[in-house]
Amino acid sequence: MMALNQQQTASQPTGGLMPSGPAYHERVKARQRRGRRWAIIFQAAMLSGIIALCALLFNILNQSFGYVAIINNIDPAELAIDGVPLNELSKDQLVGILEANVSAGLMRRYENDMPFAQRTSESVHELILERVVEPQVQATWGLFESAFARGSVFADAEERFPGSEVYFRSWLTTSFISKSQSSEPLRAGVRTAIFGSLWVVAITILFSFPIGVGAAIYLEEYAHRERLLNRLIQTNINNLAGVPSIIYGMLGLAIFVRILEVFTSGAFLGIGDQSTANGRTIISAGLTLGLLILPLIIINGQEAIRAVPNSLRQAGFGLGATHWQVIWHHVLPSAMPGILTGTILAISRAIGETAPLVVVGASTFIALDPSGPFSKFTVLPIQIYQWTSRPQDEFRNLAAAAILVLLVLLLTMNASAVLLRNHFNRGQANA
Amino acid sequence: MGPSSGFYSCKKENRSWQTTGGEAARNRELLNANREEPLGFRPAAHTYAGLPAEVFNEQGEIMTQSAPVAQAAISAESMRGPVAGAESTGETVVGGGPQFDLRRRPRVAESFIQGFLFLCGAISILTTLGIVYVLGRESLLFFANEEVNLLKFFGGTEWQPAIGRFGIWPLVTATLMASLIAMAVALPMGLCIAIYLSEYAGQRTRSILKPILEVLAGIPTVVYGYFALTFMTPLLRGIFGRDIVEIYNTASAGIVIGILVIPLVSSMSEDALSAVPGSLRQASYGVGATRLETAVRIVLPAALSGVAAAFIVAISRAIGETMIVAIAAGAGPNFTFSPFRAAETMTGHIVRISGGDLSYDSIDYNSIFAIGLLLFMMTLSLNILSQWIVRRFREEYE
Repeated sequence: MMALNQQQTASQPTGGLMPSGPAYHERVKARQRRGRRWAIIFQAAMLSGIIALCALLFNILNQSFGYVAIINNIDPAELAIDGVPLNELSKDQLVGILEANVSAGLMRRYENDMPFAQRTSESVHELILERVVEPQVQATWGLFESAFARGSVFADAEERFPGSEVYFRSWLTTSFISKSQSSEPLRAGVRTAIFGSLWVVAITILFSFPIGVGAAIYLEEYAHRERLLNRLIQTNINNLAGVPSIIYGMLGLAIFVRILEVFTSGAFLGIGDQSTANGRTIISAGLTLGLLILPLIIINGQEAIRAVPNSLRQAGFGLGATHWQVIWHHVLPSAMPGILTGTILAISRAIGETAPLVVVGASTFIALDPSGPFSKFTVLPIQIYQWTSRPQDEFRNLAAAAILVLLVLLLTMNASAVLLRNHFNRGQANA
Repeated sequence: MGPSSGFYSCKKENRSWQTTGGEAARNRELLNANREEPLGFRPAAHTYAGLPAEVFNEQGEIMTQSAPVAQAAISAESMRGPVAGAESTGETVVGGGPQFDLRRRPRVAESFIQGFLFLCGAISILTTLGIVYVLGRESLLFFANEEVNLLKFFGGTEWQPAIGRFGIWPLVTATLMASLIAMAVALPMGLCIAIYLSEYAGQRTRSILKPILEVLAGIPTVVYGYFALTFMTPLLRGIFGRDIVEIYNTASAGIVIGILVIPLVSSMSEDALSAVPGSLRQASYGVGATRLETAVRIVLPAALSGVAAAFIVAISRAIGETMIVAIAAGAGPNFTFSPFRAAETMTGHIVRISGGDLSYDSIDYNSIFAIGLLLFMMTLSLNILSQWIVRRFREEYE
């Protein structure tokens, strides 16, 4: 406003309708300069947002691949029999190597777990790697260094870890996805965590989708907005959406894990894990996350239902349909794309949630796949958190690889949300 | 085209009439006219399967004239309920006579459904009550402990439950410091991005940039935590020196929280800025204002309530943010005002304590609920404040 006022005073002396004069032109130029300067600042802000995103992605990719220096307890070449390398030996020869290198007690334990006659030669090979070769990661380098400073990587490895084997390793491999958790970074995988995430999310969907959509229908189609109770519900949902996720975790800990322990541990059905029968199970986690994303599903659902034109409802009523028939046959089908999109976005939020699950009590180390809703669990974000908190570099690499898995999972979900929306929109346009 | 084929295909067809709203409305009037002969007169012997043909006969003229099969299908569809019900309560139908009003019929299934939907809505209330009950109950148990009292809780500057020190300040200052740093990053950046997107960027640019911000918003917080620890912390240590910046520090966590909430600030602010009517901008350009002057002196003040609400929601989000501080800010309450020192926030403390083996009814277990209650009240009051600001200061434009 001030600039405009000054402009007018500058125009006074000339007396004309339009301002003019050298002072005025100076002022206009200064204003335009300022405008250009700030336009650049605004663009720079946008750019730095994008740079932050790029830095984040670069950082994760950088940590997921790169050179590692490894020292083997016994060089695999020494284990070769008659010049045949280790990975081409027959099963009997492999068992022989294992017997020669580990204690008899350990052999007996393996035999008890699963007789060697039934084991495949791959699994015996793996046992040899685990117990005999015992590769130890000494140091790891990022992708950037590995690509642009190969020489210094090798020199550094030679100097600090003489005798180590340096090779390029992708931490994200198929065996990383298909293997379960292990304390050895070279053999650790995220299989258990992926299954845990899928189980938890399945429970979350089963719980929160019907209830969320039901609540959205109630608030949009049935509730009289002036009634105090309904206003209360609406305000309450808006406020719940802003409650920090960790508070939901504490709610889950107190309600699902402790008070409802009989149900969430599976004890009431007599199934569940009897040895550690407590409520820190998949179903507790799923219900907790369900409560967490419920407000999001309701708010999105309400918006989708509100967007359905009123003429549709009136036409339905006019034809003599009951309230529920109008909702079920007309309102819901045309609101469905919006509802589903909102739900998928809410679920991808649930997949990435970590804090509430730490509080509810995800297990930190689980090597067995979850067997049902009453088993102990770990999920991908928890796994990432655990690995990130370890001081050793190689666990950071594992965490980066697990983050890539998580991001791909989320990207797939978001892409499917977009596709779903487009599919439904096209369907409506064609009809 | 037989009527029954129309009936059976109704599911498939009933989408098509959405596009012919005008016809549907006309047809509805005609149907209502037909209502003068109530459906209740239908002899109870009529079967469900025979219905479509009859509907078609009754309104045959209308149907064949204005809209072919689709409308017949719809009317059959919508009448299925009432007449199917009439079968079961045959007596009422016969006794009802001409005064019988379909709308007054008690519909058990309908009210059952409505009741169920109400329960769905009520679950949200139960959630809130659950939160208040759980946090309140455990906090009361915490304060009932003879070692603890409110004065110690709000007066002490040391939090060591193991040796009976229960001063909340170390956790609160760390939380506020991380949030303050986050806001110093997120508010100017978010607002600049919002102004850029709403006032400067073209349609095409916006359609590319907005999804990028959405990606930023969709990344899980644990990933941001990893980013803070493995990228931001080394960066800060490189800039300020390894002696000054500790491995775990609030500055790095705060900056990354700031990056996390940028999309929140920018999208909420942009919504508010875009909602300002174009006539205001045109008027501003009309009197000779530059684009910057229009954006900052006309549009921004008009959208101020929305922007302020976005800021407050962002603060609330930053205070409640957990994983970033749990990973990058340090483990162990530390009463410090230096952003480069390790310090534990309220959320970080809750995660660390509950991540370990926690025995129920111990002082540790109760203490995290007391911290949770404080956190809940802080974020709730900020959220209510933001809603109040939107309601109170919103500029309404026609």
